[in-house]
Amino acid sequence: MLQDKDRIFTNLYGFDDWGLDGARRRGDWDNTKALLEKGRDWIVDEVKASGLRGRGGAGFSTGLKWSFMPKVNDGRPHYLVVNADESEPGTCKDREILRNDPHKLVEGCLIAGFAMGAHAAYIYVRGEFIFERKRLQAAVDQAYAAGLLGDNACGSGWKFDVYVHHGAGAYICGEETALLESLEGKKGQPRLKPPFPANMGLYGCPTTVNNVESIAVAPTILRRGASWFMGFGRPNNSGTKIYCISGHVNTPCNVEESMSIPLRELIEKHAGGVRGGWDNLLAVIPGGASVPMIPKSICDTVLMDFDALKEVRSGLGTAAVIVMDKSTDLIRAIARLSAFYKHESCGQCTPCREGTGWMWRVMERLVTGDAEVSEIDMLLDVSTRIEGHTICALGDAAAWPVQGLIRHFRPVLEERILNHRVKRTGKIAAE
Amino acid sequence: MSVRRLCADQPASFAFTPENLDWCAKEIKKYPDGRQASAVIALLWRGQEQNGGWVSEPMIRAVGDMLAMPYIRVLEIATFYTMFNLAPRGKYLLQVCKTTPCWLRGSDEVTAAVKSRLGVDQGQVTQDGLFSWMEVECLGGCCNAPVIQVNDDFYEDLDAAKTGSLLDQLARGEQPKIGSQTGRRSSEPASGRSTLMGGDR
Ligand SMILES: Cc1cc2nc3c(=O)[nH]c(=O)nc-3n(C[C@H](O)[C@H](O)[C@H](O)COP(=O)(O)O)c2cc1C
Ligand code: SF4
Ligand code: FES
Repeated sequence: MLQDKDRIFTNLYGFDDWGLDGARRRGDWDNTKALLEKGRDWIVDEVKASGLRGRGGAGFSTGLKWSFMPKVNDGRPHYLVVNADESEPGTCKDREILRNDPHKLVEGCLIAGFAMGAHAAYIYVRGEFIFERKRLQAAVDQAYAAGLLGDNACGSGWKFDVYVHHGAGAYICGEETALLESLEGKKGQPRLKPPFPANMGLYGCPTTVNNVESIAVAPTILRRGASWFMGFGRPNNSGTKIYCISGHVNTPCNVEESMSIPLRELIEKHAGGVRGGWDNLLAVIPGGASVPMIPKSICDTVLMDFDALKEVRSGLGTAAVIVMDKSTDLIRAIARLSAFYKHESCGQCTPCREGTGWMWRVMERLVTGDAEVSEIDMLLDVSTRIEGHTICALGDAAAWPVQGLIRHFRPVLEERILNHRVKRTGKIAAE
Repeated sequence: MSVRRLCADQPASFAFTPENLDWCAKEIKKYPDGRQASAVIALLWRGQEQNGGWVSEPMIRAVGDMLAMPYIRVLEIATFYTMFNLAPRGKYLLQVCKTTPCWLRGSDEVTAAVKSRLGVDQGQVTQDGLFSWMEVECLGGCCNAPVIQVNDDFYEDLDAAKTGSLLDQLARGEQPKIGSQTGRRSSEPASGRSTLMGGDR
């Protein structure tokens, strides 16, 4: 188990002072100038060497992403955009950073922004997080007042501004190009890629979009060294990570743990175990609503990292672990998610706009069993026609939970249909 | 996607208060010259607050004029983003989360408690003008499920009884304790912290 001395988010739960004094006591803003003086390349190389992979879901190397920003400025400003839209069902970790440890993010913005030649960062906070947005703004104000941001940030000679921006309720604005559209004052509808944001992002300028957690861990990685961060988790999956454990556990919680921790250990050490004991487990969605569920047999041994979960045809996603015990109607659990994707589709591409609604309607009938067994394969088939055929990954995200259900629990679906039929024909026979 | 339209009954006009105009000017300054449209969500939001919680058609025109945006573009924003209410609402707007993590922990009972206590359908206002409610998707507080957002604040770790008492307090004009209703500080395990126990650091 990870030791407290190796935790980055030492005020995750907000028992200590969130403000600048508390943050400084916890080691934030400690000679940030010296880190900046080591130069852009050093910062990018160190983050690359740490093995940090994006914490927003896709798991792309953070250092590599930063290195895609043009080295020389062609006259257009560069931007860092922080994705604090946190709306993936099951995920509630960025919220704790925003309200309890905001200075980690603000300092991270300066360091990451400097490393990519940016003089400004926009932090896009989901509309519902009103308290968190105000808290973040207060932290930004403190940083300006202390000279940590502004014309001569931390005395480094680098001008750096941080702006807090917010949305108004739309899951799709978490997709990075939709977020940029929204930030420009438009409807949050994803852009076709290429061009990629590193060349044409915010206002047509070179831009990098990163998740809150990805940016907030950067200062600590630089202070303690890439090899320290590398020391946790398996190769290619390094570091520590905030896990969000929700659903049928005794004590749901957020917790920072080592990458590659066994799922079972994570749940039992921190979330008080599965309600009714490990044997009462039915299935887990290990990485937020968008990844396929895994049945107990896989949960018994699987490790919580990108590669291990990919091997079992699921994903680490945002590391939001949704636990379902044997009392769960899995079909209904997934039908709820289908309703979510139908509601959140931005409507731009036909397979997603029409497909999410279609899948949801079939899922609703599967909940009651009012369907034909052959429709299970039809549903699977349609889901594969949505997956990979849309502008953004919301189409995939809508398809995968349904596919996971069919892959692992087809007999449950069939039984529901047959039971419904028996009830129906029984009624007819009795009449 | 859902279809969202402006309501039929519209006021004749809308004007920001002088204080809000100042606030809007500051908001616009966050963005580079010529990029003032970036402030559209913030301005509509402020307008919604000033207007008792909903966005009216004259407000959309006013914001369009302030940002040099065609009205249709502002209308698009108001209808695309679901936190803009397009009709008057109660003093307290309850957003009840119904997504799977909340559902696994009893959001159906919470929703039923809201429904039976208020006795109105989603989107309607109770007769005393105090409440309206709606079901929403994941609010981003799943480790404290089930969650209801009332206006700006989250109320967490709910069940049917706690929801009833929350509504009672609001009806009496009291300010309920924001956050977890079972006494958790935030999202640490309810049984006590399993990490970060070295005291305040
Ligand atoms: C539909 C959809 C919703 C997303 N929502 C979020 C989100 O709320 N927060 C987030 O950080 N990333 C979200 N992402 C991922 C972003 O597109 C992007 O990959 C991420 O912000 C990059 O940051 P990272 O490299 O630091 O992980 C979403 C992606 C999709 C397709
Ligand atoms: S996949 Fe869905 S959400 Fe993404 S762009 Fe297409 S319609 Fe919009
Ligand atoms: S599912 Fe309700 S807050 Fe996430």
